Amino acid sequence: MDPLLVELGEAKMKDVEPILVRIEAASDDSVLPLFRTLLEGNLYYIEAEGQVVGQSDVNGETVYKDVFTQQTRTDLQKGDVDKIRVNNKLRGYLRNAMARIQLTAKSPSVRENAVRELLSKLDDDTVEVLEGLYPNETNKKVKEAMGLALAMNTASQTGLAPSNRIAAIEKMSTSLESDVRNLLTRLTRDDSAAVVSAANAALEKIAQRVNRFAFVDQLFFGLSLGSVLLLASIGLAITFGVMGVINMAHGEMIMLGAYTTYVVQLIMPNYIDYSIWVAIPAAFLVSGLMGVLIERLVICRLHGRPLETLLATFGISLILQQLVRTIFSPLNRQVSTPSWMSGSWEINPVLSLTLNRLYILAFALLVFIVLVIVLKKTSLGLNVRAVSQNRNMAKAMGVKTNWVDAMTFGLGSGIAGIAGVALSQLTNVGPNLGQSYIIDSFMVVVFGGVGNLLGTLVAAFTLGIATKFLEPTTGAVLAAILVLVFIILFIQKRPKGLFPQKGRAAE
Amino acid sequence: MKIKTLTSAIVLSGATLIALPSLAADTIKVGVLHSLSGTMAISETTLKDTVLMMVDEQNKKGGLLGKKVEAVVVDPASNWPLFAEKGRELLTKDKVDVIFGSWTSVSRKSVLPVLEELNGLMFYPVQYEGEESSKNVFYTGAAPNQQAIPAVDYLMNDLGVERFVLAGTDYVYPRTTNKILEAYLKAKGVAAKDIMINYTPFGHSDWQSIVSDINKFGSEGMKTAVVSTINGDANVPFYKELGNQGISSEDIPVVAFSVGEEELSGLDTKPLVGHLAAWNYFQSVETPENEAFIKAWHAYTKNSDRVTNDPMEATYIGFKMWANAVTKAGTTDVDAVEQAMIGQTTPNLTGGVAVMNKNHHLSKPVLIGEIQDNGQFEVVWETDGVVAGDAWSDFLPGSKDLISDWTAPIKCGNYNTKTKSCSGQNY
Repeated sequence: MDPLLVELGEAKMKDVEPILVRIEAASDDSVLPLFRTLLEGNLYYIEAEGQVVGQSDVNGETVYKDVFTQQTRTDLQKGDVDKIRVNNKLRGYLRNAMARIQLTAKSPSVRENAVRELLSKLDDDTVEVLEGLYPNETNKKVKEAMGLALAMNTASQTGLAPSNRIAAIEKMSTSLESDVRNLLTRLTRDDSAAVVSAANAALEKIAQRVNRFAFVDQLFFGLSLGSVLLLASIGLAITFGVMGVINMAHGEMIMLGAYTTYVVQLIMPNYIDYSIWVAIPAAFLVSGLMGVLIERLVICRLHGRPLETLLATFGISLILQQLVRTIFSPLNRQVSTPSWMSGSWEINPVLSLTLNRLYILAFALLVFIVLVIVLKKTSLGLNVRAVSQNRNMAKAMGVKTNWVDAMTFGLGSGIAGIAGVALSQLTNVGPNLGQSYIIDSFMVVVFGGVGNLLGTLVAAFTLGIATKFLEPTTGAVLAAILVLVFIILFIQKRPKGLFPQKGRAAE
Repeated sequence: MKIKTLTSAIVLSGATLIALPSLAADTIKVGVLHSLSGTMAISETTLKDTVLMMVDEQNKKGGLLGKKVEAVVVDPASNWPLFAEKGRELLTKDKVDVIFGSWTSVSRKSVLPVLEELNGLMFYPVQYEGEESSKNVFYTGAAPNQQAIPAVDYLMNDLGVERFVLAGTDYVYPRTTNKILEAYLKAKGVAAKDIMINYTPFGHSDWQSIVSDINKFGSEGMKTAVVSTINGDANVPFYKELGNQGISSEDIPVVAFSVGEEELSGLDTKPLVGHLAAWNYFQSVETPENEAFIKAWHAYTKNSDRVTNDPMEATYIGFKMWANAVTKAGTTDVDAVEQAMIGQTTPNLTGGVAVMNKNHHLSKPVLIGEIQDNGQFEVVWETDGVVAGDAWSDFLPGSKDLISDWTAPIKCGNYNTKTKSCSGQNY
């Protein structure tokens, strides 16, 4: 083994594959950690010793560990080791090699994944191994996957009798694996007419199921976009909807929240996984305080003059953007995604939901519910509603309207800050972040009906789902235009949105 | 009033008569027309610094024609019409001898009429869509046949790709490039149903349904690749979404034409590792010239973390060639320099020699690199020798018969080889 590792360490990239083949042939499953480390691009070569070592990042520090024994090597410095680089071809080979070794692994789920990984590359050796393992396999799921692999092999053997092949094709038709569809597509060009028609029938059957899942997928995309719109606009629903202030700096409150996430991650680089939990309250405070400041300094002096308010807040938005440009540079900042938010939840081979979007969807709904409770059940909420319904009467009853105005604006801005934390996980954190959401936010609030939180919820999800169902047929550019046209027409018909305020308070 | 104008005109012309030769004797002026603010500042500021570094080096070598070289920097602020205005200012007010500038195609198209009207000279250092050849512009970036076509060849021949997704941002460069690629692929026997074309707006961030479409398109039995002309920061959420939906570079590789070292330097590269980019230059290529260039760049910027990229090499080659052409012509007169430029050679930073052809485009090698986790590229493929830039694509019906040749007797940017005539249009 050791001489091979020396060769591996000193080889040029194009010569690495034959060496890996020899390593695989010469060893058992103990080689897995080596392959895995190499696949992840963490394998380094110590030239002085002719040994390889794995590099990892522990709390921001580089740590070297022996690949096989996992013992930490504290004596190594960065200069002592050279990275063993891999390219796509090698990654493909490593994945398959690991799957071949893992066919006999202890854990059934590992075995099953190994079989599924190998579906795309069923050569004779692999099939032989699978045939040997199949009768003795005890786990139902693994056996099913192996059966599928063997069926795929049978179906593709042109030398076999058509009846055998058709039976194999029928077995395949219950699977959603893309490799199965690939093979069936190839079989529709087969010489035997019976095989062709069986393959077509199987494809048809699979397509029906795939389409059902594709619909669910699209619905999820729509809900996800809806949740982003909801988060972005819910703060505006308070400042614009409840207070009647056209706040053009709303997008910048979102941006401040996103930058707060960046700063929090900068302060605690070793705890990225927890950074979001710190960033949420921090962003609420930063944006909220900025909101209170803006309200006290500018907006309260322009009370009842909507046009001036609009211009002033637009000016504030430009100032905030430039401020961020000066402090953080005009370049986008990199916000890391916590490990628990990356990846996806695979339900089956054709349907998987990305985790970050799933969390953000749940988070948006949570924020909405909390906000509704605050407005309905707390004394602040009572005051806010009183002032928004009849300012003078509230004042006469002893409500400190100035204070309530500042708090309401702070609350709306703070929620925009929280939205920024969520958006920092989806999009670029840069000075222009807010601008890309301000139009959408106004659209949602106006469409839902000014002053109505439930309307904002319904509007956000309606627009999100509509956009995502339009996108595949019209393209992203036209979909955005169509949605805008739809809203314009809708507002012509119902100027007060989906859920207009009724009664005397509406006037 | 009339007399006043007349006198001032006389005074002025007298002043110019006396002042101009003495002024010209002092310095040779190089105009820098790159955006230093606005959306393009991120990319273009680097090129301004590159020109300034080259001017600095030239002066250390004793200048040009015995005179000092002086850079005149203006800021067109990523505002396309302002490029024309600032270009005019450089040529008439500052009286520069040459301009290095522009990044986006629309800014180049904006300044072009000014260059032709005032007979200025400009070097354009960025990969572009082709279909243009002006007497007053030298194109040192890649034409489509020096970037897009070799990349697709690599995908077809080396990776066995049979289905293509052409994804781009919705503006002129991706649209024209994709039109050329589509025609090229069809000529190579790829069926229309195996080509998927998708455009998104600038700064697009919600990629879920598009990536899911690409995934579906790629799981129908044939090896699929994405050819990406997606521009700017929309790339980050795009690659992130690919990673989140579990699409790895082995399954569906993405070849990008607008992602270089500079773009990768401020980025979490994890989701991009293994994806590809096609350029004429990578910082990771080990040649003595490149090492010297990187060293000079680090010394000039006083920052050893600064990366180099393809448009910087194009600026470097352009500047060297211009300096040589001026020396050869013995003057900075635009017509003389223009003729002296043709046939100029300069060593590429990646090995081999770049040649300026009769059509004002360069012959350069084409490299394809895989993105590494350190933000650099590992070269996986390169052309044997250099590829001559083709101004007019051979794969578009309108430009198939056109060639550009700025030497006698043709002297035309769009000469039709069938009708044997020049359209008369200048560019």
